[in-house]
Amino acid sequence: MDQKISPELLYLNDVSVVFDGFRALNSLSLTIGEKEMRAIIGPNGAGKTTMMDVITGKTRPTVGTALFDGGVHDLTRLDEATIAGLGIGRKFQTPTVIENHDVETNVELALKADKGPFAKLFSRRTPQVQERIDEILERVRLKNARHRRAGDLSHGQKQWLEIGMLLAQEPKLLLVDEPAAGMTDAETADTAVLLREIAETRSVVVVEHDMIFVRDLDVKVTVLHEGSVLAEGSLDHVSSNERVIEVYLGR
Amino acid sequence: MTSTRLIDFKGYVFLAVLVAAVVIVPGLNLLLPADNPFHIPSYLVPLLGKYLTYALLALAVDLVWGYCGILSLGHGAFFALGGYAIGMHLMREIGPRGVYANPELPDFMVFLNLKELPVWWWGFDFFPYAALMVLLVPGALAFVFGWFAFRSRVTGVYLSIITQALTFALLLAFFRNDMIMGGNNGLTDFKDIFGIPLQTQGMRASLFALSALALGLGYLLCRYIVTSNFGKVLVAVRDQESRTRFLGYKVENYKLVVWVISAMMAGVAGALYVPQVGIINPGEFSPANSIEAVIWVAVGGRGTLVGAALGAVLVNFAKTWLTGAFPELWLFALGGLFVVVTLFLPKGIMGLIGSMDSVKAWTTRRRAVAKPAE
Repeated sequence: MDQKISPELLYLNDVSVVFDGFRALNSLSLTIGEKEMRAIIGPNGAGKTTMMDVITGKTRPTVGTALFDGGVHDLTRLDEATIAGLGIGRKFQTPTVIENHDVETNVELALKADKGPFAKLFSRRTPQVQERIDEILERVRLKNARHRRAGDLSHGQKQWLEIGMLLAQEPKLLLVDEPAAGMTDAETADTAVLLREIAETRSVVVVEHDMIFVRDLDVKVTVLHEGSVLAEGSLDHVSSNERVIEVYLGR
Repeated sequence: MTSTRLIDFKGYVFLAVLVAAVVIVPGLNLLLPADNPFHIPSYLVPLLGKYLTYALLALAVDLVWGYCGILSLGHGAFFALGGYAIGMHLMREIGPRGVYANPELPDFMVFLNLKELPVWWWGFDFFPYAALMVLLVPGALAFVFGWFAFRSRVTGVYLSIITQALTFALLLAFFRNDMIMGGNNGLTDFKDIFGIPLQTQGMRASLFALSALALGLGYLLCRYIVTSNFGKVLVAVRDQESRTRFLGYKVENYKLVVWVISAMMAGVAGALYVPQVGIINPGEFSPANSIEAVIWVAVGGRGTLVGAALGAVLVNFAKTWLTGAFPELWLFALGGLFVVVTLFLPKGIMGLIGSMDSVKAWTTRRRAVAKPAE
């Protein structure tokens, strides 16, 4: 499959993941276009994290198709590192940074580069690399914390660092799991601005619980429930949907 | 956080001590008369040299355990294989001077009624070949083992257990006479290397110096690795393996590279150990040896390199002394030491030195803050 067979960047069709009889994903179908930003909402256990696991290669779907870059790459056959190399970046719900490295090194490790062991054995931090690190730290406002141990950062700062690491990877598709968790209102608003900025050149999938934040993003929303898509459309459209109200209010 | 310079302050101290040891130990042995109180008796030189080879083994263990989180309970296997490779060369060097005076076959093969040299003994009379095997045999075993283990994502305790099984399997294999590796007795009665008898003072001093050199170079190699970008990835793998994969790193390849390098270092250590102690037998594969090596690293300080070497020398010094003075106490002392270190010194001796630094830094900071208030 060398040619793009569809205009979609990400194409999930009829994906099911079964853990010991429990259907975490149930015939999920979803497409994300180039430079599209999508918000994904859904109650706990709706399958949001499992969906990200499938896209990033952590979990193999029981059945179904997962294609990337217009059908060129079959995500169900690749490992996490290869998928990351293709240009899918992921930010975790709880910030996971390399605590024993300083902030700069965390960004440096994420930077898009040859990530083979021998390349890394002989590469040095060049001025260009330093410049790129500076740019990213400037954007995520961690310039003053650059030499601090990542483990000593506050929760909010770790979130920013992870977003910085995501930027450093220069992915085509960003999967962002609850970026606003643990942030102040001002930081949350700024995160929305940053994500909108990023979405001008890349595709972004945001999983979020915070409805105010989703409203700030002002994008198409997909509602997941019990492992499949319940509704799709603008936030106003989905929030007036009978089924969505039922699921969220638990009637 | 580890310092990023190739040689930091502790490194300079360490290398200076090594250089001093190379000058002082052979110097006091060769130049001073035996009745001088500072004279180092000849039997002590290979004993100290043995400590240095243990220190090199400890560096190898620390490289994979301290920086990549791979707790190997089987590094003694690579050490012993390196030792066997050089032992095979030393056996061939004996030539017709054996009890059976066979110019080709070592005594134990004559005893086993062998008529000709087994294929895997070919070439070992040629020193460069044996030296190459010191690196290649442990390296190849580590490669095959690591290829399967890391690709299957075996980690943590499970990996430790299979490394233990690896060395135990080799122990059993080398015990068998059909291996034609000397069986139970191993390889011994070595005479000389490069035509120089192993028992001469000069040869002992040279082997000591060579061990110190190997330890110094091994240290620099490890420092190069851990201060490089590769080393930063290793720490990331140690602390957040899954996260590192999502950053685009093929973790199994990183582990494999560092694992093979570490195994080769252990092989070199074993190769320097054997001529100094004069014997290599299957006992070197015993799991207890590998576990002891891990204890040296824990005592000295995991992930500090210098601490690993220091721990190896100190624990073995204590072992030599205790097994002489109170032989029945040694294993209790070793076990107790491990418990004490685990409970009270999680960063080992180097952690103790480090915390003294931070206490000093803390008190000076306190004073600096307190002053304006007066």
